[in-house]
Amino acid sequence: MTADELIDNFSFIDSWEDRYKYLIELGNQLPHLPDEKKTDEWRVPGCQSQVWIVPHFENTSIWFEGDSDAIIVRGIIAIVLVIFKDKPAQEILDVDVEEIFDKMGLREHITPNRRSGMLSMVDKIKYYAAQSIGN
Amino acid sequence: MFDAYEIRKDFPSLGQLIDGKRNTYLDTAASAQKPLTVLKRIEKAYKDEYANVHRGSYRLSELATENYESSREIVAKFIHATNKNEVIFTRNATEGINLVAATFGWQNLKPGDEVLLSVAEHHANLVTWQQWCLRTGATLKYFDLDEDGSFNWENFANALNSKTKIVAVTAMSNVLGTIFPVKKICQAAHAIGAKVLIDACQFAVHKKIDVTEFDCDFLAFSGHKLYGPTGIGVLYAKYDLLKDMPPYQFGGDMIEHVYYDKTSFALPPAKFEAGTPAIVQAIGLGEALRYLMQFDFEDIEKYEQALIDYTTQILAQIPELKIVGTAQNKGGVFSFAVKNIHPQDLAFVLGKEGVAVRTGHFCAEPIVRKLGYTSLTRASLGIYSVKEDIDVFVKALYKAKEFFR
Repeated sequence: MTADELIDNFSFIDSWEDRYKYLIELGNQLPHLPDEKKTDEWRVPGCQSQVWIVPHFENTSIWFEGDSDAIIVRGIIAIVLVIFKDKPAQEILDVDVEEIFDKMGLREHITPNRRSGMLSMVDKIKYYAAQSIGN
Repeated sequence: MFDAYEIRKDFPSLGQLIDGKRNTYLDTAASAQKPLTVLKRIEKAYKDEYANVHRGSYRLSELATENYESSREIVAKFIHATNKNEVIFTRNATEGINLVAATFGWQNLKPGDEVLLSVAEHHANLVTWQQWCLRTGATLKYFDLDEDGSFNWENFANALNSKTKIVAVTAMSNVLGTIFPVKKICQAAHAIGAKVLIDACQFAVHKKIDVTEFDCDFLAFSGHKLYGPTGIGVLYAKYDLLKDMPPYQFGGDMIEHVYYDKTSFALPPAKFEAGTPAIVQAIGLGEALRYLMQFDFEDIEKYEQALIDYTTQILAQIPELKIVGTAQNKGGVFSFAVKNIHPQDLAFVLGKEGVAVRTGHFCAEPIVRKLGYTSLTRASLGIYSVKEDIDVFVKALYKAKEFFR
């Protein structure tokens, strides 16, 4: 699955009910993090649900695992992980996540008002990416 | 006569559609919507009556000062204080509590002293005293509540002792809704020489504040939960205490005379209102309280109790929903958990149905954790809440349950 395919899939959905159902489906498909990885070290600060992002640095590439205790947030994480999958660090830094979420009709989920860790999640991923290339 | 349906007409924001849905606002415990009269008052204050206060001898400054000070009188009337100089305008309740801790607490707390809080305090009260205990070396103690959230007199009385210097408690828990017996608490604390600070943020919205009857030493609340503007709060303190407390902040308007090497300070309340205050916000708060005082709090309470009973009964019928905080004596907040549905997921669906509820730990993380949750959902009532709000909310709850099945 690529970000473009996800945008495509969302474009066929009219109602928020179906959009949420698809998010839940994506959330259900996301592998759970083992409990030993759900530590404060990997926790993304957010008020309403718990979110964890674990980076993995391998040679020149970087990839992520993520989890949450809220199912819709798990769906969002699944999308975020797709967006950042198989990308070199510099490209991760350049991605405009808001634009992609906008195209999926999910813009409301990345407004700072949600306080759900969504924006912080992206910030954290970009932070790890910047770190890996010494920025 | 109290009629919530008539009252709703006074609140323009309640009539708006939220993404095409009825605005079902059940988050008054976080912040209340504003009546038109407050909005108009704010506009008038800026448009026709604006200048800095306590300074110029020109017409507009006199008018602004008059309005600002008459708000202080309205507040005094609202909380039944006999002396308007016992009313200090703050930014919010948090600042009021911080003011007491940083002045009275700083001056009076020493190692070996104790500060007593309930386990259900809001961060504004809890973190403030926790940090000032760390700074002064005083010991922070907590008394527990019953499992259903009820106030337990024995727990409180057992925790109180000759070392207790300050008791800082909420008058109504923002998580559990429990009403605390503040008058009795003050009596018991005073008997052993302790001072009492009441966090009245939630209480003020639902019940009559009477500082003279409570005989509390300090009482703080915020304006924005009382249908007033943001950026304004109130700290009430007994005048004798205010006189002896050191200033909280230094600057203009709080001084008597300033020399290059020393300053004499103004009398309270000016002593605690350094700098240009939130003039228009204070005037707006005065208008909100004036609006509220046209109703009899007994009528508000009676109406709300019926709505509380209705809500409790209808929520109890929802399978797998657990209300957290079921004390006999509680105000209109309903924290709850639904089995296998995360509060944030729930709030997403409720939000889409136009229902505004709060999720998370409601700035009272320790009590939520103590009850075994990381997050809860909370619906809360205001004077404009009606049965239809509850019906739409409950319908949306059933929809969410279907959704996450």
